[in-house]
Amino acid sequence: MANLIETQDLVKVYNSGDVKVVALNGISLTIDAGGLVAVMGPSGSGKSTLMNILGCLDKPTTGKYFLEGIDIGGLDRDQLAHIRNRKIGFVFQTFNLLARTSALENVELPLIYSGVSTGKRRETAMDALHSVGLSGREDHCPNQLSGGEQQRVAIARALVNFPAIILADEPTGNLDTKSSYEIISIFQKLNIENEITVIIVTHEPDIAAFTRRNIIFRDGKVTEDKIAQKNTSACPGAMR
Amino acid sequence: MFFLSSLKIAFRAIRVQRMRSALTMLGIIIGVGTVIIIINAGSGAKSQIAKQIAGIGSNLLMVFPGSTSSGGVRMGAGTKSTLCIGDAEAIKEACPSVKLVAPTWGGTAHLVFGNQNWSTSVTGTIPDMFQIRNWTLAFGFLFNQRDINTAAKVCILGQIVVENLLGDIDPIGQVIRINKIPFTVIGVLDKKGSSSYGRDQDDSIYVPLSTAQKRLFSTHIPGLVRTIMVQAKSLELMFEAEKEINALLMQRHHIQSGQEKDFTVRNLTEIMSIAQKTANIMSVLLLTIAMISLVVGGIGIMNIMLVSVTERTREIGIRMAVGGRSKDILMQFLIEAIILSLFGGLLGMVLGITACKVIAAVIKWPIPISWEALLLAFVFTGSIGVFFGFYPANKASKLNPIDALRYE
Ligand SMILES: Nc1ncnc2c1ncn2[C@@H]1O[C@H](COP(=O)(O)OP(=O)(O)O)[C@@H](O)[C@H]1O
Ligand SMILES: [Mg+2]
Repeated sequence: MANLIETQDLVKVYNSGDVKVVALNGISLTIDAGGLVAVMGPSGSGKSTLMNILGCLDKPTTGKYFLEGIDIGGLDRDQLAHIRNRKIGFVFQTFNLLARTSALENVELPLIYSGVSTGKRRETAMDALHSVGLSGREDHCPNQLSGGEQQRVAIARALVNFPAIILADEPTGNLDTKSSYEIISIFQKLNIENEITVIIVTHEPDIAAFTRRNIIFRDGKVTEDKIAQKNTSACPGAMR
Repeated sequence: MFFLSSLKIAFRAIRVQRMRSALTMLGIIIGVGTVIIIINAGSGAKSQIAKQIAGIGSNLLMVFPGSTSSGGVRMGAGTKSTLCIGDAEAIKEACPSVKLVAPTWGGTAHLVFGNQNWSTSVTGTIPDMFQIRNWTLAFGFLFNQRDINTAAKVCILGQIVVENLLGDIDPIGQVIRINKIPFTVIGVLDKKGSSSYGRDQDDSIYVPLSTAQKRLFSTHIPGLVRTIMVQAKSLELMFEAEKEINALLMQRHHIQSGQEKDFTVRNLTEIMSIAQKTANIMSVLLLTIAMISLVVGGIGIMNIMLVSVTERTREIGIRMAVGGRSKDILMQFLIEAIILSLFGGLLGMVLGITACKVIAAVIKWPIPISWEALLLAFVFTGSIGVFFGFYPANKASKLNPIDALRYE
């Protein structure tokens, strides 16, 4: 399989005042298209920093990042926005939905920026909401939805533009076990049925157990990178 | 299409912060309202003054008895300080810059027709006065030289006198009593207008000069006149005419140069054009104030937009994370600022037009609403939105996506 993601010696240094924090200390990784990967590690080990760079939200201090063979370091703001819009779906721990904005309009957001016409936009967003099991909730605003439902809206938003990768930074961190399993099963389904590469940051080993590859972080470095022999399914329907 | 979504987003943002948006718009509302009032009321006042100038007569000089140098007009304290028909005739004969001369004599009289009565001012004059003042007749004829020679009991009425005394009766040929003396109505003047000045002119009647002097308000010296109206041959010759009249009357009244004069020559056209200039200066001043309040309103919008950009940093981050480009974010906030200012501008126009109508009703001047002024205000407020919205919008669009997302 082709390398969807390749990083070479990524380093990220934060300068907060006099203190220098090395959040990433030489990360070289490749992730194949169609992968389902869990990134694990203690708090502060640099997982979010990596995800933000992979999501083209941030740039590394040094090192290279290739996405589908394209050197991301050589792109300007608008080109990065285009990549975030077309290739990447981001799911955050805190959902990051627009307040006082209906689920449907939240999901439509990426389509607005890719210039899809109003009618088509609505249809595609409704399909995305349907695929995360939220049909009939399209007019509800985030404050009328449970945490699990809000995260499902966020996933619908991430997948609405048919991205190559979904990056999820602790997507179940704010959710109870039942909702967490629902969310993970959706990711599994997207990975298997839609062949979307999914990278999930998580603290919970039982969530990581659903994935096919686990990358363990410590102090800005990869300490372990193991392929799971078999992976469990969050729900029977998601298994092929 | 993207513009439409930006419009929708902006409207939602404004709706969510209703109170704040309203307060933001207040500066613009007041500014635009004031501009509309000043432009429209100002041009209304100007056209009113222009009308009054036309009503006074063009190139008009007035000669009064008494001196103004000691403050106020001193009325005939002896033969020396009075004007007479002879002075008027001499001005006409001897001053080359003078075209027409009309002496007047009059007072207030009580009019009776049937069971109606009315008090008004009665002016005795000669037919030339109507020409000097550009006054025209609606019905009938002017009195002529023979009426003046014979001190005929004929009169010409202003419209208000006709309304109050005769109502719907055809006035021509009717006999009315002026201070109990019967007069035949031979003419009715055209209406002068709705201003208080116009009402004064319409509420008057005119009789031959000799009739006023001999039958109505008898003079203690024969041929005495109250004012002499003089029309110069042209606007350029008005100062020349003023000089000639001064010289002639000083000679006729045996006044040495340096001595106090017993008459006054007033240049009414000049006075009116000074009034017009004053009105112009006033409206420029007020317009400046209105512009300042517009700019202050614009700064208010900028302030609120800056607050809004800060408050909505996370929203901006989310939009960028899903593919919003800098120019999309710029457009969104710019459109929001433009909508705020244009909406404020529209409300300001409504306020201004309403105020103009109220003012027009109170002072009884017509205030025509100029569409050019409205268009100007609209374009101007739109520009204010762009100008003052650009800085905050640009600031928002330059944010780093991850910094915006992490903003607390
Ligand atoms: N914006 C920032 N400024 C300064 N230091 C930061 C910033 N973001 C993260 N860090 C630091 O970088 C390190 C890695 O953070 P992060 O990638 O968020 O870790 P994780 O997601 O694994 O918990 C931490 O020590 C954190 O304090
Ligand atoms: Mg983290």
